Amino acid sequence: MLYLQLFISFFKIGLFGFGGGLAILSLIQHEVLTYGWMTEKEFVDIVAISQVTPGPIGINCATYVGYTATQSVWGSVLATGAMILPGLLIMLAVCKVYQVLSTRFADNVYFQNTLRYLRFAVLGLIAAAALLLITPATFIDHYSTILFAAVFVLTILPQLVRSKQPAVQRTVNILSYPILLIVLAGVAGYIIYS
Amino acid sequence: MLLQLFWTYLKVGTFTLGGGYAMLPLIQREVVDYRKWIDETEFLNMIALAQSAPGLIAVNSAIFIGYQVGARHQSSTRGGVLSRIYPYLAVCSAVMGAVLPSFVIILAIAMVFANYNHLPAVEAVMKGVRPAVVALIAAPLLRMTLKANNPKPFREGGLPLLSWALLSALLIWLAHVSPVYIILATIVLALVCTWLGEHRRMQHNKAAK
Repeated sequence: MLYLQLFISFFKIGLFGFGGGLAILSLIQHEVLTYGWMTEKEFVDIVAISQVTPGPIGINCATYVGYTATQSVWGSVLATGAMILPGLLIMLAVCKVYQVLSTRFADNVYFQNTLRYLRFAVLGLIAAAALLLITPATFIDHYSTILFAAVFVLTILPQLVRSKQPAVQRTVNILSYPILLIVLAGVAGYIIYS
Repeated sequence: MLLQLFWTYLKVGTFTLGGGYAMLPLIQREVVDYRKWIDETEFLNMIALAQSAPGLIAVNSAIFIGYQVGARHQSSTRGGVLSRIYPYLAVCSAVMGAVLPSFVIILAIAMVFANYNHLPAVEAVMKGVRPAVVALIAAPLLRMTLKANNPKPFREGGLPLLSWALLSALLIWLAHVSPVYIILATIVLALVCTWLGEHRRMQHNKAAK
């Protein structure tokens, strides 16, 4: 039963997961919290681990959730496979008619507008994922708020700073690197809380 | 050929940190510059397709390349059962290559992390990491908002759509509406609005005549 639910959930996630990893997070979060497969805190931990390990974030999350929910490797296989399946079927269908599609559909106003609307909906999904994670479990004190603000500012800094000096620009770019920021936040956490 | 596909995507899956978009330059170098499986234009078409279809961009691109390479190989051979299923075998090897590295690494971490996350030191580190993760999810929104209305400039219909995004966020956040319904509603909304727009334009054209 658990396996069936896991399959249905991740098939849904794969089917409606438009707009890449961050948007898919929102879908995973909803399913995982609805069925109580893990707590909010565990979910944030997984996202952190997904960010610092190679590979697409969606795959990382599916594999981790599958294992945690079932305590078995097969749970991972099932969740990951179920998430890939809808995209696989759709992409294969697309490949079959690729020549027709690329000439006719690419300029279709309905198709183009749907994609444009979805890009906006995805913004809402990602914003909701972030808002849902602002809980007492993740923001435990003022240090949390400071860390949040620091990482936020450093991430968007390359868009705000347009320096003519290459050295400054390079430093800003390096400092906005997600993996580095997570490692630094981890070091800060260790210093503050232990 | 199957092994080459598997190996190429294994490299792509292993050496890219941080998800789909970070993979694209590496995929381009491997399949366009090095293996010459597809050319530059086909690569751009592929990205457009991989982004439009649901699912992960990296996996979708593996499916596309696998199928193209497989189909080309198939047409150069004489037939038989193996040749008929060859494109699907090619897709499987590319997808396996793309997925396997993250799968193995994450599975190992999932098995180990559960035993150590109660240690005070690990918990202290994670306490620092958690707010950072929330910031990393929220921060790309700025850049994505500016690019969301492409290819149109933002002022052409950007604001009503942004309010739709805001409403979606509130519905998911406060009313716990499933994102699935938001996606479905968005598709319906897009089709209806486009139909209305087209309808109005046709009437306008008629009136002009």
